[in-house]
Amino acid sequence: MSAIKGQWVQIHRILLDIGERAPSVPEDTKNVPLELRIRGFLIEEKAEVGEMVTVETASGRRVHGKLEFVEPTHEHNFGDNIPELSEAGIELTRWLTGGDRDAE
Amino acid sequence: MQNRSYESVMARRKEIMKASVGVDYDKYELEGIAFDYEALMRDTSYPIEEIRKIQSETGVGDTPLIELKNITRLVRTISEPGKGARIFLKDEATNPSGSFKDRRASVSVARAKELGYKGVIAATSGNYGAAVASQSMKRALKCIVVQECYDSKGKGQPEILEKARACEAYGAEVAQLTVGPELFYYFLLLLEETGFFNASLYTPYAIAGIESLGYEIVEQSNRMIGMNPDYVLATHAGGGNLTGTARGLRKAGAKETQVVGVSVDLSGLHMASNRDFNRKSFTTGHTGFGIPFAVLPDRSDVPRNAARALRYMDRYLLVTQGEVFYVTEMLARLEGLQRGPAGNTSLTAAIALARELPEDKTIVVQETEYTGAGKLPSAQLTFAKENGIEIVRGDPLALDAPGKTISIPENHSQIAYKEVNMTDLRRSYIKQLIRREITLIESDYEYLSEELKTDVAKVKELVKEVSANVDSEN
Repeated sequence: MSAIKGQWVQIHRILLDIGERAPSVPEDTKNVPLELRIRGFLIEEKAEVGEMVTVETASGRRVHGKLEFVEPTHEHNFGDNIPELSEAGIELTRWLTGGDRDAE
Repeated sequence: MQNRSYESVMARRKEIMKASVGVDYDKYELEGIAFDYEALMRDTSYPIEEIRKIQSETGVGDTPLIELKNITRLVRTISEPGKGARIFLKDEATNPSGSFKDRRASVSVARAKELGYKGVIAATSGNYGAAVASQSMKRALKCIVVQECYDSKGKGQPEILEKARACEAYGAEVAQLTVGPELFYYFLLLLEETGFFNASLYTPYAIAGIESLGYEIVEQSNRMIGMNPDYVLATHAGGGNLTGTARGLRKAGAKETQVVGVSVDLSGLHMASNRDFNRKSFTTGHTGFGIPFAVLPDRSDVPRNAARALRYMDRYLLVTQGEVFYVTEMLARLEGLQRGPAGNTSLTAAIALARELPEDKTIVVQETEYTGAGKLPSAQLTFAKENGIEIVRGDPLALDAPGKTISIPENHSQIAYKEVNMTDLRRSYIKQLIRREITLIESDYEYLSEELKTDVAKVKELVKEVSANVDSEN
């Protein structure tokens, strides 16, 4: 996938490699690098995913990194139906709307 | 160009901080371990009237206080006769970016503007990011938010992803990091590179911004029921929410009101662990921040943390993730208020507490937060399942296991709290000092008495006891 100048992209870079991490972090964290992801507008004329590029961020900074996504989207959502939760919900509604003698 | 290695950036920490906060913390240092907290708060912030004026300029504060009559009625169906306190909720989600964090951000950002900074930076994975972004734009400043967001597989916590989206929507730059406390290293690099203001959550301005919340509670409570509330419950993480609210309550004259901190119990999960990161459904308001920040407040990103929870906390209660999800459902279903789960942490404890208290007592839950994609119980529970967490229906007291099982109560009678022993917390605070081999001088005991909200004689007794235990450990 390629991107052209001015396109909104996400870059990735390693900030601290394994071996450079803070002494205080637990083992499982020490065994992986500290990574950065940042989004901005591509400065280069054209670039392929995986190439080193520069972006201009929303605050106007220029940041270098490996091109990871072109026009990244927000994919978090409302989640699936959770039976345990919807069951609890309907019980509460029934209580409120007359399923229980105590309700007015 | 300056050296960018971890060690050399951390070594420059003090000078970077000084240039970026606009507070000369050294001025407030006293002999021994003490510093003049009240002088720091007085000199470097604003009086409450000024805070309220600053906040009204950007539409922050004056949020409604709502009586949760249906929830109170439900609580009374399982309380002993004459019990079941009235519960009121401060609907902080109605702030511009959807949480009480706007109060904190508003004063920080106004200060940054006043001091002539071109932009602000905040290190936060929480609602504070959106708050700083929103307030920055209102004051025409640039904004960068640094988040701890992904695990090493690049999998992002849905709630943090949502906050990144919100920050971007306001026009902020969002730097997203993988798990690790070295986020602070990158944060320092950014402060140095940009010369922006450090909109830390823990400066005097940030804490003073929350005082208006406590102040409003007293005013509204007197208007609605003709008296101060008996209890105010605040979700506790870094300590700012509780500290600022309690200071506001006192400033408004509510000296008898009990201030109760509440956190989600995540014991057993390591906060800096890449593996544990996506095994939790709450990214803040939990014991992973609540306990360390209570017992060592100065672990924050400023030399002296203005959030000092143990100075104000009367009780500290813990609830489980499943209970908070259940109560989030309850708030929507019974009160018509769909709000984010993390903001309902203290409401969960309020329900359990109300059951024990007489009917004429009042409890104010001092926050709500916005909800939406990533921030709904269904989004968090879907993510939990994907990360191997088991979701069950049953008594959380028996079944809850952070990182393994989330238990949704079978009914409201299973909502309970675990009480943290305040003396144990005070002991832990002292242990932090003793471990650093600090020799206490006489004036330190006065300071510790304020820090720990207990008398000097008790402090001396605790110091003696903890020293003996630490010695025997060595």
